[in-house]
Amino acid sequence: MAELTMVEALNLALRQEMDEDESVLVLGEDVGVDGGVFRVTEGLLDEFGEERVIDTPLAESVIVGSSVGMVAAGLRPVCELQFSGFSYLAMHQLESHASRLRWRSRGRYGVPLVARMPYGAGVRALEHHSESKETYYAHTPGLKMVIPSGPRNARALLVSAIRDPDPVIFFESKLAYRAFREDVPDDSETIPIGESRRIREGDDLTLIAYGGMLRRTLEAADQLAEEDGIEADVIDLLTISPLDDSLFTESARRTGRVVIVHEAHRSFGPAGEIMARLIEKSFYYLEAPIQRVTGYDIHVPFFAREQAYLPSADRIVAGAREAMYAR
Amino acid sequence: MPREKINIPCEIDHLSILSEDGEADEELVPDLAEDELLRMHRSMLLTRRFDERMLSLQRQGQIGTFAPVSGQEASQIGAISALDQEDWLVPAFRETAAMLWRGTPMAGILIFNGGYNEGGRIPDDQNDFPIAVPVASQLPHAAGIGYAMKYLDDDRVVMTFFGDGATSEGDFHESLNFAGVFGVPVVFVCQNNQWAISTPRERQSKSKTLAQKAVAYGIPGIQVDGNDVFAVRVAANEAVERAREGDGPTLIECVTYRLSVHTTADDPSKYRSEEEVEEWEARDPITRFQSYLIDRDLLTEDDIESLESEIKDEIDDAWDEAKATMSDLGDPDDMFDHVYAELPPYVQQQRENREASDGEDD
Repeated sequence: MAELTMVEALNLALRQEMDEDESVLVLGEDVGVDGGVFRVTEGLLDEFGEERVIDTPLAESVIVGSSVGMVAAGLRPVCELQFSGFSYLAMHQLESHASRLRWRSRGRYGVPLVARMPYGAGVRALEHHSESKETYYAHTPGLKMVIPSGPRNARALLVSAIRDPDPVIFFESKLAYRAFREDVPDDSETIPIGESRRIREGDDLTLIAYGGMLRRTLEAADQLAEEDGIEADVIDLLTISPLDDSLFTESARRTGRVVIVHEAHRSFGPAGEIMARLIEKSFYYLEAPIQRVTGYDIHVPFFAREQAYLPSADRIVAGAREAMYAR
Repeated sequence: MPREKINIPCEIDHLSILSEDGEADEELVPDLAEDELLRMHRSMLLTRRFDERMLSLQRQGQIGTFAPVSGQEASQIGAISALDQEDWLVPAFRETAAMLWRGTPMAGILIFNGGYNEGGRIPDDQNDFPIAVPVASQLPHAAGIGYAMKYLDDDRVVMTFFGDGATSEGDFHESLNFAGVFGVPVVFVCQNNQWAISTPRERQSKSKTLAQKAVAYGIPGIQVDGNDVFAVRVAANEAVERAREGDGPTLIECVTYRLSVHTTADDPSKYRSEEEVEEWEARDPITRFQSYLIDRDLLTEDDIESLESEIKDEIDDAWDEAKATMSDLGDPDDMFDHVYAELPPYVQQQRENREASDGEDD
């Protein structure tokens, strides 16, 4: 057991999976000598050599596209796209091939690749370095879309993603990369992809969040308990697609009040799908309109204003009060 | 000195062995056994007749849109015949000749073009990728398989096909660049058939040849007469050997011509002249190969006649088989198969609901 940041925990997952399985390799821009711009792949080059830790040309499409080829030969590539804001250059390969090759080949070629990418705002970065466009990937059949919220679940989910038979888009919150440490067990552990988790129990209100917004949501839950005596059930989605609606359905039926938090844009965002499922399955249990506390339908502003864009604990509390007291 | 010349190798070979009337430059003819020559001829002829049959089936509404290959048989057979069966083929969407050579059953191609992706299932003894529709998007896959071969210390090589239009795509650049940097065993076969739907070759690139693009990636490039099966085969042999020896990728530009439509949804009379098509018909890759074989007593007119009738029967049988198979593929719920290794619960639910609502209609 060691106290690790998310960056260190992801590094541990990669190291252990590469150690265990020679078919696992890492490729991307600056992943080798530099250890990745966020140091997630630090030290892997020394340990596993340049054939398995590949500093590629600066070319997102062939990073993902060559991975689609590698899987046919039995490899399990973990590609790093330096920022999710640059992943659109690889979107063609992800949508047209990674997501479809199993289906197109009638099961002959599965695509067990992982496309890791840092996402989200809050670290005072340049334009294109702060987006949260998980909807693009979650909307595509054949892909899985995973977003851990802390060091321990990041490690476990990355191990699951590497072992998964299907392509996994793996978003890593820059906000959570180094913000806090958690105990991470030395021995490998996994969390099933497609499984959400309850991380705080309460009967008054359901808060649904994931990734970089989870900590703020928990802060808001504490504030609600302290100031209003409201006990919130908090669900961490962990996987966006395939979406696990079992836990939040059960929770919403019990509390009747739901707030969904994400930094992605509001319109057509994950909260919209979650609301749709709640309305389809739990309409008669709801006591108040479902609230969305999300990024706005604008480009993520330059960093001087990014905190005004991101859902804050105060905005989440305000949304929760709306769900509790609005008539 | 403030300004001096950098010496860049920029001469590109153009290779032509078999003339339009079947005369061969004997010094350059590849050393091929008689049965191999006859197999190549048969494959080219089979492809042509199969293409014609598919066009007629499409016009009758029996199969859907497809991309005919007529005119490009030498480019494909010359190249693919240089591979071993264990090697890899990564096709685009017009590689009927190459696919048939590899062993893809005609019935499968008909089923695929009949609207069922079951037809795209690759037989287990072929290391081939399925058809890739988006132009140039299959090139990164070839580069990646090549990387894997090198990583696994496996001496199999990869051959990928694409057209002149593909050379304008980013994936062409990224793949050749990647392949050059890592020295992967990939043979990039560009079938420059002069037209990307309505856009002519000269609108794709200012470059005098497409082969010269190899120079920028630091890899060998060669231009060949793509209607000359020997020239293509010689270039492919060299490229395959280079790849297998660990000496990296090659770009081959086959100068050829799409004699038919881009796809069955296309009307070429809008953008090219009859005269141009006739000029290229005179350079037909099959007739010139036949002249060569007849001149050397490897083939007779009678042989061709009996071959034609054999091929016709084979195609008839394949269509009968395809029809029989498709009549058993009625269950639309099969469209849910293979989207994931395991269907997510709510997609499984969609499948079940669809089945149930289908029942209501009956």
